[in-house]
Amino acid sequence: MDLTLRVWRQKDGQSTGTLETYQISGIIPDMSFLEMLDVTNERLIEEGKDPIAFDHDCREGICGACSLVINGRAHGGFSGTTTCQLHMRKFNDGDTITVEPWRATAFPVLKDLVVDRTSFDRIIQAGGFISANTGGAPDGNAVPIPKPDADAAMDAAACIGCGACAASCPNGSAMLFVAAKVSHLAHLPQGMPERGQRVLSMVAKMDEEGFGNCTNHAECEAMCPKDISISHIAKMNREFIRATVRGE
Amino acid sequence: MDTNGSLNGNVPAGPLAEKWDNHRFNMKLVNPANRRRYKIIVVGSGLAGGGAAATLGELGYNVDCFCYQDSPRRAHSIAAQGGINAAKNYQNDGDSTYRLFYDTIKGGDFRSRESNVYRLAQVSANIIDQCVAMGVPFAREYGGQLANRSFGGAQVSRTFYARGQTGQQLLLGVYAALSRQVAAGTVKMHSRTEMLEIVLVDGQAKGVITRNLVTGEIEKHAADVVIMATGGYGPVFYLSTNAMGNNVTASIRAYMKGAYFANPCYTQIHPTCIPVSGDHQSKLTLMSESLRNDGRIWVPTKEGDPRGPAEIPEDERDYYLERMYPSFGNLAPRDIASRAAKRACDEGRGVGDTGLGVYLDFTDAIKRLSLPVVQQRYGNLFDMYEKITGENAYEVPMRIYPAIHYTMGGLWVDYNLMSNIPGLFVLGESNFSDHGANRLGASALMQGLADGYFVAPYTVGNYLASQTPGDYSADSSEFTQAADDVKDRIKRVLSIDGKRTVTSFHRELGLICWDYCGMARTDQSLTKALDLIPALKEEFWENVSVPGGGDELNPELEKALRVADFLEFAELMCYDALVRKESCGGHFREEYQTQEGEALRDDEHFSHVSAWEAPRNGGRPVLHKENLEFEEVEFSVRSYK
Ligand SMILES: Cc1cc2nc3c(=O)[nH]c(=O)nc-3n(C[C@H](O)[C@H](O)[C@H](O)COP(=O)(O)OP(=O)(O)OC[C@H]3O[C@@H](n4cnc5c(N)ncnc54)[C@H](O)[C@@H]3O)c2cc1C
Ligand code: SF4
Ligand code: FES
Repeated sequence: MDLTLRVWRQKDGQSTGTLETYQISGIIPDMSFLEMLDVTNERLIEEGKDPIAFDHDCREGICGACSLVINGRAHGGFSGTTTCQLHMRKFNDGDTITVEPWRATAFPVLKDLVVDRTSFDRIIQAGGFISANTGGAPDGNAVPIPKPDADAAMDAAACIGCGACAASCPNGSAMLFVAAKVSHLAHLPQGMPERGQRVLSMVAKMDEEGFGNCTNHAECEAMCPKDISISHIAKMNREFIRATVRGE
Repeated sequence: MDTNGSLNGNVPAGPLAEKWDNHRFNMKLVNPANRRRYKIIVVGSGLAGGGAAATLGELGYNVDCFCYQDSPRRAHSIAAQGGINAAKNYQNDGDSTYRLFYDTIKGGDFRSRESNVYRLAQVSANIIDQCVAMGVPFAREYGGQLANRSFGGAQVSRTFYARGQTGQQLLLGVYAALSRQVAAGTVKMHSRTEMLEIVLVDGQAKGVITRNLVTGEIEKHAADVVIMATGGYGPVFYLSTNAMGNNVTASIRAYMKGAYFANPCYTQIHPTCIPVSGDHQSKLTLMSESLRNDGRIWVPTKEGDPRGPAEIPEDERDYYLERMYPSFGNLAPRDIASRAAKRACDEGRGVGDTGLGVYLDFTDAIKRLSLPVVQQRYGNLFDMYEKITGENAYEVPMRIYPAIHYTMGGLWVDYNLMSNIPGLFVLGESNFSDHGANRLGASALMQGLADGYFVAPYTVGNYLASQTPGDYSADSSEFTQAADDVKDRIKRVLSIDGKRTVTSFHRELGLICWDYCGMARTDQSLTKALDLIPALKEEFWENVSVPGGGDELNPELEKALRVADFLEFAELMCYDALVRKESCGGHFREEYQTQEGEALRDDEHFSHVSAWEAPRNGGRPVLHKENLEFEEVEFSVRSYK
């Protein structure tokens, strides 16, 4: 396949960036999107040029490191697929492909396609946990958890923290990410003692980090590579109202 | 080869089942009010490192934790699919601490330390309780009880799982605990920070030198104790199921400073990975071993059979695992299943374009269980397979081939998980301790959490109790020297300005290791590798091209430093493989096999851990042996027939 790539190049957080164009030939359909970028980088290095920086690690759709906006869509916009799992057979010979970093106020660009997502870490630090010190836990079967609850918790817990939701939201809102964690823990008996404080602190932190409001565009759900449902946002809103009403 | 006297694993006295309890009682404690005066460095935020950092933070120590990813939640533990073992015996199928212990010793081909393995089996049950308390959404039965499955050749159902994402859920539990401690101010997290050197002061580990991967700044961090939990070194083979960033840097740096590297040649090859599709391939994807519970593995009986799988009639298919190992069949342990696949392909019976593949066929499972049941059990894996290969495995059998997956070797540690360098503890996949020559499925997650949650917090405390807190300074000459060494190394690699990319060297090294130190090794192949690797290393330092500078975000530089360390390490790995003149577990020397082609151990000469000390002035590394004494179990030939 022969492709035209338009890639966002930005030296660092302080500089302004631009889209640069690269012609790349000899791409084969079995390559993953990141392998296509690897090949591009190898050629850039051989030509004495600066390779394109992008985040990645597991390359199997689970670590949440990869993060590209491809032709305007986070992770390329293919259902249930992260960028690292996207293969070139989804594109056609002669295509022009535009590759940009996540765009959200709370995800500043560090270089080229690499952004700073530590705002997500700080939201979790605000309350995305159960306060159970190591040691002294009761037997795992002491509290039975109905299968539907365990399954619902797992559905929410599948979030990989990639940030595609916030990057594709017109308001730059992180609601889906936050809701996934709130909903995961709110479905489990172990999560109950802290449920009110948790949702209030996490939402407050999310606002403080500069993420926007949710106005129900549902772009997040459409772009989420783990198919996290916006029903979790509804769940979080109920949790939030409950906690506010109870004055927690 | 120099050989020194036997290494002492500092195993406590007393009956096996009581060692850990007695030892815990005998260990010294640090007064709670004093703990925050001790500073602890933890390199790694996976199950082992993250678990240790969080737990030590909870205890009140002052912890600095490092990872190279942008968030601790992305450590490669996240990728584990299948599950985690624990001797809970919830299924009432005859499991017990002793059985898990015994299975692990036997699975490791009698090359692990009995006392460590017993402790691992003992604490396994606590791990599950702890994870449940922290909100890990393990699979449940309709009655609300925890679900189990049998995994990786175990004859009891002791594996706990969270869909196909067990590692993710366990790591997110660790990450949550870690985040809580970051908020509490006991742990300071340094993401996008890579450890490039360890610092010893008067022979004791007192800190690390790191590079901030965003700004390039070289930083000095001093502490009372250093814990490394930096994961496996699979990518020395270039292609593996590991993450792109998995490396041997922390371990090899410690090795160069005097830490012993144990059993580097014990590497595990996983039988069920998606085959290589071309030169562009950057990593290999594991298909969970659980697929072997219902899928049947076969190749055509005829060499070079050009027909598609559907056209090959039943009597022209060789279900070789079922044929050779009737009692375990498709569930034969990883090393055995991998070698059998290689043999079939070497005989010209491999499938797919490259001939390096075997079928994993679900036709019978779908007939027996129905399509919806198969979909429910393995749907996510079939989807993943389709994404990568473009094929629908409900209709055509999957093609699989073995790939490098796990590294049993690692830094040598004693019973307390401390290396031979006082004050340097090593946890998780980066130590050598519990899996001998072969790791059983679902046991690495168990070991990571055992080390991080339940072992290190005690043994590190015991060490600290003998130290005066704050007896270190990042301004000392040792730190300045180490930081200068790192800066020089970076300057040197950037200044070569050669013609070959880092990746081209990495790929070549990987091929050497795979071809000559992979699934089957011989005296000749290893000698050849030992010729090729130094030559490649030399070329690397003359001809590598690393663009960009040192004081910026520079992924090529990160890779270059890692590949340089892999080049150092590969030689050690091959040398260890050459010297171990027996076959055991994942280490298969063709010269040492039974008539049926099974691994032939030599207990008389090789029932020891090979712990290597870096050569002082060129030459070969120095061997220290830790003799393995088995008080509880008797040597037997691993048989899965
Ligand atoms: C695809 C796959 C599937 C698996 N499935 C299973 C399974 O089902 N069951 C099972 O029991 N095991 C499984 N394993 C094995 C298991 O996941 C690992 O052995 C285990 O998670 C390792 O944990 P760890 O904490 O030791 O290391 P890791 O989780 O790899 O963490 C290493 C940490 O060290 C950091 N680090 C590394 N080098 C440096 C450096 N130089 N400077 C700073 N930080 C550094 C990294 O950033 C990371 O935080 C699987 C492995 C793979 C690859
Ligand atoms: S909710 Fe989906 S898109 Fe958002 S961080 Fe999680 S996995 Fe990524
Ligand atoms: S690289 Fe890990 S999810 Fe894409």
